[in-house]
Amino acid sequence: MKKLFIYTFLIVTSIATLVPFLWMISASFMNDGHASVFPPRFFPDEFVITQYERLFSRLAITRNFLNSLILSVLVTFISLTFNSMAGYAFAKYRFVGKKKLFNLLLSSMIIPGQVTMLPLFLMLKSMGFINTYMAIIIPGLANIFGIFLIRQYCLSIPDSLIEAARIDGASDFLIYRKIILPIATPILATLAIFTFLGTWNDFLWPLIVLPEDSMYTLPVALANLMLEHTKDPELMMSGSVITILPVIIVFLALQKYYIRGIMMGSVKE
Amino acid sequence: MKSSNSKVAYFFLAPAVSAIFVFFFIPVIAAFIISFTDFDIYTLGDFSTLRFIGFDNYLRLLNDDLFWTALKNTFYFVVVASPLSIVVSLATAMLLNNKLIKFKAIFRLSYFIPVVTTLVAVAIVWRFIYHYDFGLVNYLLRIIGINPVDWLGNPTWAMPAIIMMSVWKNFGYNMIIFIAGLQNIPEELYDAAEIEGANWWQTFKSITFPMLAPTTIFISIITIIGYFQLFAEPYVMTQGGPLNSTLSIIQYMYQEGFRWWNMGYSASIAFFLFFIIFVVTLIQFKFQKSDSLQ
Repeated sequence: MKKLFIYTFLIVTSIATLVPFLWMISASFMNDGHASVFPPRFFPDEFVITQYERLFSRLAITRNFLNSLILSVLVTFISLTFNSMAGYAFAKYRFVGKKKLFNLLLSSMIIPGQVTMLPLFLMLKSMGFINTYMAIIIPGLANIFGIFLIRQYCLSIPDSLIEAARIDGASDFLIYRKIILPIATPILATLAIFTFLGTWNDFLWPLIVLPEDSMYTLPVALANLMLEHTKDPELMMSGSVITILPVIIVFLALQKYYIRGIMMGSVKE
Repeated sequence: MKSSNSKVAYFFLAPAVSAIFVFFFIPVIAAFIISFTDFDIYTLGDFSTLRFIGFDNYLRLLNDDLFWTALKNTFYFVVVASPLSIVVSLATAMLLNNKLIKFKAIFRLSYFIPVVTTLVAVAIVWRFIYHYDFGLVNYLLRIIGINPVDWLGNPTWAMPAIIMMSVWKNFGYNMIIFIAGLQNIPEELYDAAEIEGANWWQTFKSITFPMLAPTTIFISIITIIGYFQLFAEPYVMTQGGPLNSTLSIIQYMYQEGFRWWNMGYSASIAFFLFFIIFVVTLIQFKFQKSDSLQ
């Protein structure tokens, strides 16, 4: 009896979380106007890909897709490099001002990113970076949460391992490159998926610094399309599918690391 | 043994730390200074027109009806959506943690899909789900005999609609943290409660809830801070309307700063939000302290 109640609740909740996606996929394969029916349809009456053709041919969404993909990959790669170097230094080196610097970084995590947006925009504008990839890459070079996550992980790497390598004559950079990075692969995967999804899904910042159509990332292109095609649910759903699909694929492939990251982030000092 | 070679450490730190200083700390300080100036569209063209105006921007905020509307809407959203999403997260976490249940991975995955998907894309999907004539929500209401609601077109219902969608999108994240918290509660406590003959509610009240307190405080902090930054949902679904009933603080900051280029004023809005988040965090840290003393 109790079991039945729990299963019912869990299944109803699953349906509630998944049905919007089913409707989205179904509507994206419909002809114009076929999603605007009562009652709502969960299977296309007639399976067509005209909406996708429109997106890719007339609306040039390929360019937006590439913008999103290139930016997400670049930001992930660069910030992973910088964050892992800094996180390793905080975990395994002694230096003047270490505690102060770390506390300063940690306590500034409370500052909402929106506070920096106006001056950052002016800085990037004076450098001529508005409407270029640099406008997204520069603020994404490093982030405090990433440094913190990698530091926590590196603390668990035994010092003896590093010492042994040093006695064998390995340089500091070689130790970082050949010993630390391979051991830290799980946490790097976690951070990679967080950064990739964060950059792919971001909306407000690209909306501000990439104002030209050809530079839009997918979410910005989609939001603009929405304002022009309010009465076009089938087209909008195909755009949503294109935006969401890569995210789902990345998540399914690296699920384990993502979940672990949430749990690590929640562990207190 | 730790290496105490400072030079090498600074070499490893330099790229990340200098990027954070130049592109995070300096902008924070600059924004604070800008909030005391009349930086506007003319200043963008000719920097010499910039003037320090003391607290004028902040005083103007207090007399700006639209700002109060945005503040009120954002608080409405935070005050209703945060507890709601925490309750849903906790309930699903507890049921999913039950030993009788199989297929946990599948359930967990389906609750988690909305969390990772692009907010703008799902907001667009929900815009049609809330459609008056053809939307799914009104279809369900009709089935159970309730009159359809003009969700996004009615000032009373627009914010509740955005709240429902946000809870749907976010509860899976906190659920994962709650599951981790639940798994840390020693099994013996529950065994003891069972021997004592405690019912479900008593067990929850005297074991689960107190043991989860640190987790719940952590989740409250991140949820509330995140919800104060409401922007994309109303931007896509209602553009802040109808009648500004879903205008949020961040959207107001965005409009003033990047549409009208009133950057001084916009910076003061940003710092007001920072101040609120700061106070909320302090209050919750107080809770945490008093909690750990017990």
